[in-house]
Amino acid sequence: MQLNSDVLNRVEFLTGNAELASQLPCVPAMVPFDDRIVSFLNDVSKELLKDRAAKAFSDVVTFAFWIRKASVIRLKERFEAKDNALHLGKGVAFHIAPSNVPVNFAYSMVAGLLNGNANVVRVPSKDFPQVTMIVKAVNKALAAHKEMKPYVLLARYGRNKEINDLFSSVADVRIVWGGDRTIAELRNSPLPPRAGEITFADRYSLAVIDSDTYLTITDKARVAEDFYNDTFFSDQNACTSPRVIVWTGSKIEEAKRIFWDKEHKLVSQKYTFQSIQGVNKLTSSYLIAVAEPGVKVQQHEDNLIVRVSVPAVNEKLMDYRDNSGYFFEYDCKDILDIRALCDDKKCQTIAYIGDSHVLLPLILSGVKGIDRVVPMGKTMDFDLIWDGYNLPALLTRTVVMA
Amino acid sequence: MTFDEILSIPPYSLGREQKEKMLTERLVELTELHRRNCPEYAQMLDSINFDAASVHSYKELPFLPVRLFKELELKSVPHEEIVKTMTSSGTTGQAVSKIFLDRATSSNQQKTMVKIVSEFTGSSRMPMIIIDCPSVVKNRAMFSARGAGILGFSIFGAKKIYALDDDMKLDVAAVQEFLEKFKGQKILLFGFTFMIWQHFYKELLRLKDEGITFDLSGGVLIHGGGWKKLISEAVSHDEFHRRMKDACGLTHIHDYYGMVEQTGCIYMECECGHLHASVFSDVITRRPIDFSECEIGEKGIIQVVSAIPESYPGHSLLTEDEGVILGEDDCPCGRKGKYFKIDGRLKNAEIRGCSDTYAAKF
Repeated sequence: MQLNSDVLNRVEFLTGNAELASQLPCVPAMVPFDDRIVSFLNDVSKELLKDRAAKAFSDVVTFAFWIRKASVIRLKERFEAKDNALHLGKGVAFHIAPSNVPVNFAYSMVAGLLNGNANVVRVPSKDFPQVTMIVKAVNKALAAHKEMKPYVLLARYGRNKEINDLFSSVADVRIVWGGDRTIAELRNSPLPPRAGEITFADRYSLAVIDSDTYLTITDKARVAEDFYNDTFFSDQNACTSPRVIVWTGSKIEEAKRIFWDKEHKLVSQKYTFQSIQGVNKLTSSYLIAVAEPGVKVQQHEDNLIVRVSVPAVNEKLMDYRDNSGYFFEYDCKDILDIRALCDDKKCQTIAYIGDSHVLLPLILSGVKGIDRVVPMGKTMDFDLIWDGYNLPALLTRTVVMA
Repeated sequence: MTFDEILSIPPYSLGREQKEKMLTERLVELTELHRRNCPEYAQMLDSINFDAASVHSYKELPFLPVRLFKELELKSVPHEEIVKTMTSSGTTGQAVSKIFLDRATSSNQQKTMVKIVSEFTGSSRMPMIIIDCPSVVKNRAMFSARGAGILGFSIFGAKKIYALDDDMKLDVAAVQEFLEKFKGQKILLFGFTFMIWQHFYKELLRLKDEGITFDLSGGVLIHGGGWKKLISEAVSHDEFHRRMKDACGLTHIHDYYGMVEQTGCIYMECECGHLHASVFSDVITRRPIDFSECEIGEKGIIQVVSAIPESYPGHSLLTEDEGVILGEDDCPCGRKGKYFKIDGRLKNAEIRGCSDTYAAKF
């Protein structure tokens, strides 16, 4: 089987070419964590870590460390199946990366690769410097790992159904980032009968902070940094960014005062404020005031952080969410008070300070949301279990030999 | 304080202190009126624990972002009393503002506009050429900003023609006949800046090559709607004036700034090229970071207040325009009040995030 070259010629390949793409269906699947993959990724990591320009981009550096041999071996130990069956990549993984997160495409590609698949990845159309750096490192490493070339194709093209149709037609698994609308768009391109699909839909997240625990933490500056990384670093607009802050414990007022004071100082130093953001937050706070009687906009000296106290939380709240430093706050007596919010399938991550076990009754009540419970500062840490999906299980085939 | 009392004040006659006192009294009253009569507005004020008793100046009053009028139907009178609903002219698919007018507010808008514009054109009515097509004002139940502007200014016209047909083609014969008929009289021309440029000025140029010319040296042109499209064609304010003069002898040209959310209180450009606030309204520039008031000469987000709106809570609004107050009470043209310029729209935020961005949210 060969792919339509007229369509392929309309794709800009940053890595690989139309010729390699046309051969995709014939590329043998590999065993997950094959030495060739581990060694190749380690070289990509080396290239990135010696790139001086990359040092300025913490997201690129984090990615580089994640694909180092030592890190990948740890993943291998965790995810290598211990079921006495054989495991192979599904075959061809077709990835649609989100348009406005620079390094996400690279994580998606690595997830596909580590699990033994040949990957074709649509990278963001926007010219992020991070994309350029990673592509450069991948291409350099491929020069020394020619056997890996058929497994890594990085493509750039606009919203084009014909191209989506083509890659979908040979996909054994399709991985779609970019939210509900992109998923809907890709669903117009049929997949083969046995192909699987992993979709990363629109999600939202929250934080649960135990005021008593917070007050005992000595390094509160560290907490402020952690919270910054979870929120402002991605304009508080990643699916993992807390939108609602749920306060528990006995010293909520005191904890809030110190927490927000420290956060505000940090945001003033680090965040690039855009003029329209203040207008947006004011608009959002008035809209929620109309929708939910009893909300109070907390006094703020400037527009960097706008907090709205809500008398109750439910999934409706999220229709009024905003970003770039706009938080709903709720003083929580009983963790089951937030059940309606967490029962929403859109609810993804809970970042916590305190004891995560207090969330158990909430999760075990059978909520449909909450896929991750992680310490504050770790919401963006990518893992092969992501967004409720066990990626190794979904990206491989199990061969039974009885 | 009633609006009729304010209406008796000449539009550019009050100095800073007098105007502040008068506007504060009226705008605090309007804030309380809307709080009583518009439940949504009351909830907004409750959410910020607003207390009118603590207000010393209208500058301390809350302001509503104009976008709220696209998201909500805000009115302070019962539905039966609404005589007109004005809408902003958004492009297809975009949400439009909806502004609800009762008889009193609608009539006060018109009276205010007459007061303001008369200061620039004189109080007698003139033969008027509307540089637009007649279909814009056809649907009287729903007024678009363009239609509202035309109808608003039409009260200054004694005899009116539309210069363009519904295909936006200049009706040369009709305009020639009109000019012949009213030869020697002062003619009022009105239209939207970009329409004038695209469908009138460019056509005049073409006709000039064919030997057909128009003499509008005795006319006065009032235009509004913003400069965005002209700037994209690299046509500046001064260039626009020079080219209009070359094309048809027009020298009397006034831009104006205004919005459908505060119809009536328009800001006319004076002979010195400055936009002026009348006593019926004011402009405050605010710093994006904390909404504090800017100094004179400092660029900020434009807040507009108007003493008119009684049927909807739009007496204090935060626009998405940026501008600069150039001075107060000391424009060389002699008019009192603030004078300013507009620097265009705030940019949409560029934000990161996992969901792909499609067309802008608003």
